[in-house]
Amino acid sequence: MWKWLHPYANPEVSYHFAGKILPWLSALAALFLSIGLIWALAFAPADYQQGDSFRIFYIHVPAASLSMGIYLGMAIAAFTSLVWQFKLADASAAAMAPVGATFTAIALITGAAWGKPMWGTWWIWDARLTSELILLFLYLGVIALHNAFEDKNLAGKAAGILTLVGVINLPIIKYSVEWWNTLHQGSTVSKLGKPSMSVDMLWPFVFCFLGFIFLVSVFICIRFRSEILARNSIRPWVRTLVSEHIAQEKTNAV
Amino acid sequence: MILRYRIIRSKSKNDLHQNKANRVRLDFVRYFQYVKECIFPLSANLAASETDSLAAENQPALLSATNLTCIREERLLFDQLTLEINAGDIVQIEGPNGSGKTSLLRILAGLSQPYNGDVFYKNQLITQSREEFHQNLLYLGHLAGVKDEMTAQENLNFNLTLHGLSIHSSELEETLTLANLTGFEDSLASHLSAGQHRRIALARLYKSTADIWILDEPFTAIDKQGVNSLEQLFKAHIKQGGCVILTTHQDLLTFSPSQVKKITLDYIGE
Amino acid sequence: MSVANLSYRAVFALVLKRDLTIAMRHKDDIINPLLFFVIVVTLFPLGIGPEAQTLSRIAPGIIWVAALLSTLLSLDRLFKSDHVDGSLEQMLLSPQPVFILVLAKIVAHWLITGLPLILIAPLLAVLLHLNEQSYGALILTLLLGTPVLSLLGAIGVALTVGIKKGGVLLSLLVLPLYIPVLIFATSAIDTAALGLPYSGQLAIIAALFFGSLTLAPFAVGAALKVSTN
Repeated sequence: MWKWLHPYANPEVSYHFAGKILPWLSALAALFLSIGLIWALAFAPADYQQGDSFRIFYIHVPAASLSMGIYLGMAIAAFTSLVWQFKLADASAAAMAPVGATFTAIALITGAAWGKPMWGTWWIWDARLTSELILLFLYLGVIALHNAFEDKNLAGKAAGILTLVGVINLPIIKYSVEWWNTLHQGSTVSKLGKPSMSVDMLWPFVFCFLGFIFLVSVFICIRFRSEILARNSIRPWVRTLVSEHIAQEKTNAV
Repeated sequence: MILRYRIIRSKSKNDLHQNKANRVRLDFVRYFQYVKECIFPLSANLAASETDSLAAENQPALLSATNLTCIREERLLFDQLTLEINAGDIVQIEGPNGSGKTSLLRILAGLSQPYNGDVFYKNQLITQSREEFHQNLLYLGHLAGVKDEMTAQENLNFNLTLHGLSIHSSELEETLTLANLTGFEDSLASHLSAGQHRRIALARLYKSTADIWILDEPFTAIDKQGVNSLEQLFKAHIKQGGCVILTTHQDLLTFSPSQVKKITLDYIGE
Repeated sequence: MSVANLSYRAVFALVLKRDLTIAMRHKDDIINPLLFFVIVVTLFPLGIGPEAQTLSRIAPGIIWVAALLSTLLSLDRLFKSDHVDGSLEQMLLSPQPVFILVLAKIVAHWLITGLPLILIAPLLAVLLHLNEQSYGALILTLLLGTPVLSLLGAIGVALTVGIKKGGVLLSLLVLPLYIPVLIFATSAIDTAALGLPYSGQLAIIAALFFGSLTLAPFAVGAALKVSTN
């Protein structure tokens, strides 16, 4: 496996590789999302209890699970970078953080919007929403710490340590919040109370979920490329790239 | 005693782009090395011991570094710097302000990690033989490491004990006398001047058993007489088989120019 | 004079003694966070109203949140001055294990800030009409919980010590990590008020304590290496 990975340890190769897969990922994201969302919003049956407001589930649930997933991915990247001094892993962790934070925010907003018709209030201290909120704080902490350092290399290391501390704490926080929630509210309104989804709801959900995964990969890919450029700005290949780009813009302008 | 180094240094990003682009280029060999380091950090050890065998006859170099590259705030301070410091060397690092002297010293001491390259203590990576290396290293940076809330004697005692030297209080006073701090043993450091702060930190040199002394501007705020006695101390130290690496803006007066090895960090193309 | 390998205990004692000496000569560092703790707690009855029933209902939360904030305020002291005067560098360059050095500093910090907090907490509990059955739980949770605050907080300080305006950032990093302690501690006190056993919550806080005791010093050591870079 190391042999296979060798070339991708080079920032230049990774940059171009990410550039090559970007259009494919974008196409897949567009395809899955358009099929999934149209199916989910227009054709899938409405919930027998919640009516059409249930449809926000098709965005809320993928966003919520991706927000956790991206944090986990960030932690794996941080671990790789700290243990094996693998500089590109730093760049990928830095690329993931704002995307993850955005999806956490989407999960929170859609959660609140769903809560309004269901509970009659925008916010309820539901266990899942509360842990999403704390996850958002963890993301913002990582991003703020990353921005506080001038040196990108140090920023990556510091943010990596914080990410790892966060990922150890995350299950503890999640557990404690759930425990706190059951303690204070007795029985909570469960959003996904039904044990199984009907098939006509499941398929559009699968499409939406895959679509969001591809969308996240597209964002991370774009950010990963710009992180590589920022970290290697003194490298000649970056400079030639930039000068080529400027030259092309000039000819376009003429 | 071989001192090999090649330095590429640039004032700004633009200079670098125009003049030095090809010299910084990742050629195949360096690329391969980079990949290897990324994936097998341990194997760097082997590669370096090969290069070391060129220089070392019987004794390994006290401190050596291979292919050091340092980048600070997107500026390349030095690139591909390789050096070897043996027992009995006194090395002065020269260069204008902001040329990376302090960065180099901190990398050699293991406080900062270089962007690329390795530092070895007796052919062992300093990151792997941390305790042994630190046992034999005395680093004094810009900051004295002296606590305002403690007396001169308490400061010295703590610093020595922390570095594994146990010492009696009578000896502490003796050492402080050598450092010209007689009468200030029991004054809080906050009541002392900048030069005296520096002296408290430097007093450690008189008792040090470390081979490698890395001193960043040791003469700052020290009077002429103090500088002289420090230079005598350096002489005794290198005679005993130690080495001194220092930065200073003034020349070492009691050393003959041939005695002092110099590493110059400078802009290229100027 | 002799070169001796210090035992871990000797290193620990050396650093602990040094930090306590410095703190004793700089008493504001002990008193100020304590005053802050007292003032924050006093603000709540003024903001909420003096009804004894409301106050005793929210007393555990108030005391614990105030304890979190005052610990946060005092954390800055843990590595900042050592970083500014260069002694942190010297400690990292010493042949002693970083784990022990860091642990000694954290223990000293807890003795200086955590312990006084515990001593004064019952007094504030009186002001807030805390249920009489809860006093034991309050002391026990503080005894087990404040070391966790010092240990987790040390990670945050170690990460931000090199940053010029790290104070606000520190709270952003550290406070989310304090949530589990807050939840279980206040719940233990509430449970005690009902006269029920609260050993479950205490056991969880103890687990958090031992977990952070073993893991936090490593994270702090790694973070300090980044910060002194």
